[in-house]
Amino acid sequence: MRLTLEVWRQTDPADAGRFETHVVDDATPEMSVVELLDRLNESIVEDGREPVAFESDCREGICGACGVTVDDRPHGPQSNTPSCHQRLSSWKDGETVRIEPLRSGAYPVVRDLVVDRSALDRIVRAGGHVAIQAGTAPDADTTAVDHALAEMALDFAACIGCGACVAACPNGAAHLFVGSKLQHLASLPGGKEERGKRARAMIAEMEQDFGPCSSFGECADVCPAGIPLAAIAVVNRERMRVVLRGKNN
Amino acid sequence: MTTEFHAPDAIVDGVEIGEILDGQIPDGDPRTAWERRRLGYKLVNPANRRKFRVIVIGTGLAGAGAAAALGELGYDVHAFTYHDAPRRAHSVAAQGGINAARARKVDNDSVDRFVIDTVKGGDFRGREADAFRLGEESVRVIDHLAAIGAPFAREYGGQLATRSFGGVQVSRTYYTRGQTGQQLQIASAQALLRQVDAGTVTLRTRHEMLDLVVEDGRAQGVVVRNLLTGEISAHTAHAVVLATGGYGNVFYFSTLAKNSNASAAWRAVQRGALLASPSFIQFHPTALPVSSRWQSKTILMSESLRNDGRIWVPAKADDTRAPGDIPEDERDYYLERKYPAFGNLTPRDVASRNAHEQIQAGRGVGPLKNSVYLDFRDAIKRVGKKKIAERYGNLFEMYTHATGEDPYTEPMRIAPGAHFTMGGLWSDYDQMTSVPGLFVGGEAGWGYHGANRLGANSLLSACVDGWFTLPYSVPSYLAPLLGTSRLADDAPVVTEAVDRAEARVAKLLAIQGEHGPTYFHRELGDILYEGCGVVRTKESLTTAIEKIRALSARFWTELRVLGDDDRLNQELEKAGRVADYLELAELMCIDALDREESCGAHFRAEHEADGEALRDDNLWAFVSAWGVPGDGRFVRHAEPLNFDAVPLTRRNYK
Repeated sequence: MRLTLEVWRQTDPADAGRFETHVVDDATPEMSVVELLDRLNESIVEDGREPVAFESDCREGICGACGVTVDDRPHGPQSNTPSCHQRLSSWKDGETVRIEPLRSGAYPVVRDLVVDRSALDRIVRAGGHVAIQAGTAPDADTTAVDHALAEMALDFAACIGCGACVAACPNGAAHLFVGSKLQHLASLPGGKEERGKRARAMIAEMEQDFGPCSSFGECADVCPAGIPLAAIAVVNRERMRVVLRGKNN
Repeated sequence: MTTEFHAPDAIVDGVEIGEILDGQIPDGDPRTAWERRRLGYKLVNPANRRKFRVIVIGTGLAGAGAAAALGELGYDVHAFTYHDAPRRAHSVAAQGGINAARARKVDNDSVDRFVIDTVKGGDFRGREADAFRLGEESVRVIDHLAAIGAPFAREYGGQLATRSFGGVQVSRTYYTRGQTGQQLQIASAQALLRQVDAGTVTLRTRHEMLDLVVEDGRAQGVVVRNLLTGEISAHTAHAVVLATGGYGNVFYFSTLAKNSNASAAWRAVQRGALLASPSFIQFHPTALPVSSRWQSKTILMSESLRNDGRIWVPAKADDTRAPGDIPEDERDYYLERKYPAFGNLTPRDVASRNAHEQIQAGRGVGPLKNSVYLDFRDAIKRVGKKKIAERYGNLFEMYTHATGEDPYTEPMRIAPGAHFTMGGLWSDYDQMTSVPGLFVGGEAGWGYHGANRLGANSLLSACVDGWFTLPYSVPSYLAPLLGTSRLADDAPVVTEAVDRAEARVAKLLAIQGEHGPTYFHRELGDILYEGCGVVRTKESLTTAIEKIRALSARFWTELRVLGDDDRLNQELEKAGRVADYLELAELMCIDALDREESCGAHFRAEHEADGEALRDDNLWAFVSAWGVPGDGRFVRHAEPLNFDAVPLTRRNYK
């Protein structure tokens, strides 16, 4: 199939950036969006020009590295699907595909389609962890964890850190990301002692770079890990909880 | 061993015989070796720990674990990753589970049985004492990872759930749906970031290691390139840990992430470290087949699928009927037929070789006839679709994403794909390479898996190295260095290393030929699948070596890298990696050609009996650890392998 690509080119963070138009005429429906970029780059290189920079690593939908905006939507037209799994069968022969970086004030563009998502890691660094040192953990079998609770924790733990939720949000909020982490860790016995402290630290850090949540719900629709929209309510619940109790646990 | 060890003569051009290596394995009963070794390790007073700087390259399970644990202990840790975030390391993609010899069930598991399975699964080409450490520490690994946030699957009574994996008849694999690696990796990356927050670990993301600094015979630093600015800088330390993963990507089509590479380990080899068993590559039997020119990799489907899926091909060649139209008596469930005791759960090398055999015989399925069926029809009939969805839901989804087919209604198609490298930097029992002060962890190392790794042992080995081995052995190396300062940043050896790295980047940019690095990478992959793949012969390997040398010569004249070296340049990154692959690939083929036996995944067609790998324990019961002095010679050092607890036997999964 023949596709016209409008691809964002930006040399460095200071550059204003612009769309560049290319035509790929040997695309096939089972190719992914990132494979389309591979194909495009091969011909750009043959023409003696610099290829489009984009991030992608595992190509199995689990590392969270790939993440581009396709036709104005983070990752692409299919809901809950990462860029590396967005198939070209979503387009018809002759159509135009527009690819640009994930757009958010919190994600400065590094080059072309590559953005800096380190603001997400700063939130994790502030409190998204469990203060148990290697070797000091209790026997994992002596603490029973209810099957349904473990499965629920996994639903929230599935976040792959791609950051599409933020890019989808008109406010640039990171509530889906932060809520998923808070819920995941609050559900497990290992994380309970710091539940309040964690919420305080992560939410404070979140508010440094990201916007407020107005419950639009775009985030959950693009999330490749299918994090439930309930995660955004978790942020508020955990915030209330720590304010009312005033305790670290 | 009572008889004196003699390494077999070299018959391959350019190969010389080196030394007999000492693995520093504690004497006596291997069951208690680790306990005795730990007691023998020297300690560093907590107040002195911050005076020691340790560099950790890589933030996967082994690297994040080692950096976090050493940070928790109080050492001054400097961690580097080429990713934008530590969580992205490729450990994240391991799906099926992590083995642990906790032996809580009454299925007769034990640490001893874990060791038997691991050593036998590796076809007796790994270190038995290391396997005991792996089994012993596996217990704590599960406790620790569960405590720091990995939500392991639980039974309805609240206890940890387990499942079975290939090569094993007990149920010792702990898991979190089909995303075990992801959950362990995220928990470990979080633990690492906790130490960054606490100030014990300095983390540099988007930095790639380009060289190792060796001075006074000790590893004392690294040279790294900032991938965003192109700046090349040196960092010195008292010790260096390489946890940089495996090199399966040398095959181009592999189950690895696109950026996984061998450069850090290969540079260590060029600075004097040895590479053990480079040709021991595992071909994963449940990868997705290559189906089009622009497909960028062979996606991995977890081996855990073989618990419930049945593998089959049409009984007669060139059968083009849809799978549903092939009646039961015209299907060949070849693994169940040939290996009734293990059935679909034979180890990976056996499963891959049998699939290869069926495909070669014309019984392969799919448009290119390059795959076999993995069928869930009977399992869905037995336990219901809901149960199967709970067990493998996200794997089925991934398959549907990749192929557009629904595995609930038609069988999956799978094929062997280059996957895990059992070989890696040679290290002694303490995980220290032949360069003092250079340690290795995870897939970058070699010791546990012999010639074939058992499923769910890779996450385990990375966790054990990172969390529960290096934090003991690295301090013991550091203790006598108390009072010595780090190598100066402007020491001649440091500036030389920086100059060398800069010159190499300049050389890659200067060629200005006609093909990008991906072109050469693809060519190399084709050569290796053909010559050094699931089945190897003297002829295929000799041809592959010639082709690799020719390709390498073309690379250095026909490569084209566009762009500059002072900002993000992904072509330049790829070019450097492919240059290293070309050198490594030659050594892989030389190792495979040199080793005149079949063992595990190293299947030389000349050495077989009834289609099974035929080891030669009289000549080859040792690990080849290769030195590459850089003058065209390949020096084969040898560490003899002794088996005290697991008697040398021929593997039998029938």
